[in-house]
Amino acid sequence: VARVAAQQARANRRAARRPVVLAPAEPVRDGRWAAPMRVDPFTVPVEDKVDLLLRANAAARQVRGARFVSSNMVFLKDERTYANTDGTFTVQLLVRSQPSLSVTAVASDNSDFQSRDSDEIQPRGVGYEHVLDADLVGRAPQWAEQAVEKLSARSVDPGRYDLVLDPTHLWLTIHESIGHPTELDRALGYEANYAGTSFLAPPQEVIGRFRYGPEFMNIQADRRQEGALATTGWDDEGVPADQWLLVRDGIFRDYQTTREQAGWISELTGVTRSHGCSYAQTWADVQFQRMPNVSLLPGERDLTAEDLIAATERGIYIKGRGAYSIDQQRYNFQFGGQVFYEIRNGRLAGMLKDVTYQARTPEFWNSMDLIGGARSYFLGGSFGDGKGQPGQSNAVSHGCPPARFRGVNVINTGRQR
Amino acid sequence: VSLLSREEASALTQRVLGMSRAEAARVTVTGALEANTRFAASDISTSGDAADVGVTVRSSFGRRSAVASTNILTDEGLRRAVEMSERLARLAPEDREAMPELDPPAYREVPAFFAATASLDPARRADAAVAVIEPARRAGMQAAGFLSLAARATAVANHRGLFAYHRSTAFAFTTTVRTADGTGSGWAGTAHNDWGRARPAELGATAIRKAELSRNPVAIEPGRYTVILEPTAVANLLQLLVGAMNARAADEGRSFFAKRGGGNKIGEQVVDQRVTIVSDPWDPDLLAAPFAGDGLPNRRVVWIESGVVRNLNYDRFWAQRQGVEPTGGGAGFGFGGGGFGGAGVKMSGADASLEDLIRATERGVLVTRFWYIRGLDPRTILYTGLTRDGTFLIENGRITRAVKNMRFNESPVTMLNNVEMLGRPVRVSASESGDIGGAIVVPPVKARDFNFQSISDAV
Repeated sequence: VARVAAQQARANRRAARRPVVLAPAEPVRDGRWAAPMRVDPFTVPVEDKVDLLLRANAAARQVRGARFVSSNMVFLKDERTYANTDGTFTVQLLVRSQPSLSVTAVASDNSDFQSRDSDEIQPRGVGYEHVLDADLVGRAPQWAEQAVEKLSARSVDPGRYDLVLDPTHLWLTIHESIGHPTELDRALGYEANYAGTSFLAPPQEVIGRFRYGPEFMNIQADRRQEGALATTGWDDEGVPADQWLLVRDGIFRDYQTTREQAGWISELTGVTRSHGCSYAQTWADVQFQRMPNVSLLPGERDLTAEDLIAATERGIYIKGRGAYSIDQQRYNFQFGGQVFYEIRNGRLAGMLKDVTYQARTPEFWNSMDLIGGARSYFLGGSFGDGKGQPGQSNAVSHGCPPARFRGVNVINTGRQR
Repeated sequence: VSLLSREEASALTQRVLGMSRAEAARVTVTGALEANTRFAASDISTSGDAADVGVTVRSSFGRRSAVASTNILTDEGLRRAVEMSERLARLAPEDREAMPELDPPAYREVPAFFAATASLDPARRADAAVAVIEPARRAGMQAAGFLSLAARATAVANHRGLFAYHRSTAFAFTTTVRTADGTGSGWAGTAHNDWGRARPAELGATAIRKAELSRNPVAIEPGRYTVILEPTAVANLLQLLVGAMNARAADEGRSFFAKRGGGNKIGEQVVDQRVTIVSDPWDPDLLAAPFAGDGLPNRRVVWIESGVVRNLNYDRFWAQRQGVEPTGGGAGFGFGGGGFGGAGVKMSGADASLEDLIRATERGVLVTRFWYIRGLDPRTILYTGLTRDGTFLIENGRITRAVKNMRFNESPVTMLNNVEMLGRPVRVSASESGDIGGAIVVPPVKARDFNFQSISDAV
């Protein structure tokens, strides 16, 4: 294996113009870290797991019109041993747990079908206790009722609306429109052939200058957040987990970096060490820059989603994730949700369907005018975020409060047949 | 390290089956040698080689089944996997839809293995990268790209004596060239089983030409346009259509192929009559898998013939329930398809070049490829996504200028209903990621009224 790797390094030297220089990292002689886990999912009998899922399915099927239900739980336990020639040796245990349920309602004449996924439950970097806390059985009927309700929901009138985005939805908007554009490899063209580049470039023109959003907008990158998916002790280059602000007071401040990348922008940021964003999916993949947990910090005022709705005259309240699509520089996006409610004069006025909003990232974040407080903060996340060639999957969490965005363009996807 | 041979695969499957105490057992062995080289910012950035052999055991007791996988090939490692699958199977609820293991069928081999692909070492992968990087550098541009190779051997065996073995190679080579000022970007890519067919320098030249031509794009008003979709863009959309051709979803009312009032759309005209779509593992342009994951032989399947739905994808259970023949691994896209086991997809075309399509167009938009394609409405197979790396305005039979990328909200069904002209089909790399995907052969398509929803500033 070592011979093949060395043979590759020699072959690739032919086209190397910029030598690889790694930022310094203190050797970690015998580092041990484990994700917080009260109950190891791999010790829970499969009978208990199956019983819980079948009871959740049955609870959903109790609802008239709920025709198809599927539920599952996914667990990962990843023991990762890392060593390098600096003298670092670390052994870490990563854990991820995700229970979920999906219910589909079909109109009696087959003219329509609608689904509702359990997006109030998000994957976490913890053990089986997350499944027990999720209460799939207790919540299944409500998701089933909403799937049925979607069949008769009013199809949205396209136009400009104020959007109140629930954290069960907003986390993915943060992932796509802030998490990805702040990856330094993208900004410098290293992912141009697949994931794309970034509108946040070149670094010398945007660091400390680019206004991402309003003054109260603070975006934190964090590989230490308890129970989050990208939380770790050390990254896959032996760098300790870090916490730093990508956006402070609405201004873009720094990128996500690895040891090779840190020096590329250290003169601009004053940061000479890696932020510890190196990750490889498995032993068979090359580690490279992957997203840490990236979150919108809550506001100072103790507001909730209800307060944001009450303050909105004409708008739409969106919960859960739908179809997400964004261009290769992260400007133009079109995002959908699970359930949509019309807001009229500060109140929810019935369910809508076929809602998708379309915007340009900088204008969208600068239209944010209200966010919830610490009490309304919620941690969402993705078990499988793709990047790289060959494609690698990374798990990452995003926390946020609910937030309101003014005058966003809403289109109707049900009428575009 | 060499690829798992038929003899080795047979011995390994027999070892595993010999450990089984289940009423029924199936073992799948996959040996893979994978290699890749990436380049970006006109440097080779990373590369890798990975060799692995995976074993998956499926054990059944009556209608209870479970699987376990391992890549530890010692007796102890294999026994642990066998025992785990048996333990899980005893715990699993009865599956009312369980199908018995197959009796040994007859297989017809597919000659999908090419030494030229299997033997491509890091130095020759670097040659391919340099064949793109150097001309791009000379043109003052930045090249990024990806060469992915795989040699795979797959074997399936069961307790009834079934044994199937297939070995194949495949590569995908894609490149994106960007102008130094960041206002232009061009892409080119290809895929096949045989590296001998690759022309890295030609691909690089295409991407460089497109990057140059796509500088300083202008915005045009979003709306409905006549489009000329290059084969890669056609395949990006066509795989969504074949991925939605699941018979059960249609029969159960959860698909575009569901018929209002019950049943499915087999026999109905759904797209233009010039469109025929088939799967055929033996087609020399496809060279796909001769059997599916359960050992069922793949066969030639006509999905759409002259615009009429002729078949949907039936697994063994649903086929038996509906009284039809199962379709094997299907097209290899969408439900349970994706990669191995798929029988490939080929769409009909006509004897015209891309240039002929452009010459025959008064006003339209030429699309190189699509990106970030996501489903909006499964009732209509409506998807959204964006153009990327070479989008041009055609006026009076020629390309007149680069236009800004646009987001589409469109269904492949509508696009294939609005066909104006087809060109000659070619094999393409249709996965957005540049990874090796299912084999797909499509023509360039000229279609009217393609729905562009909004403008993107991305280059």
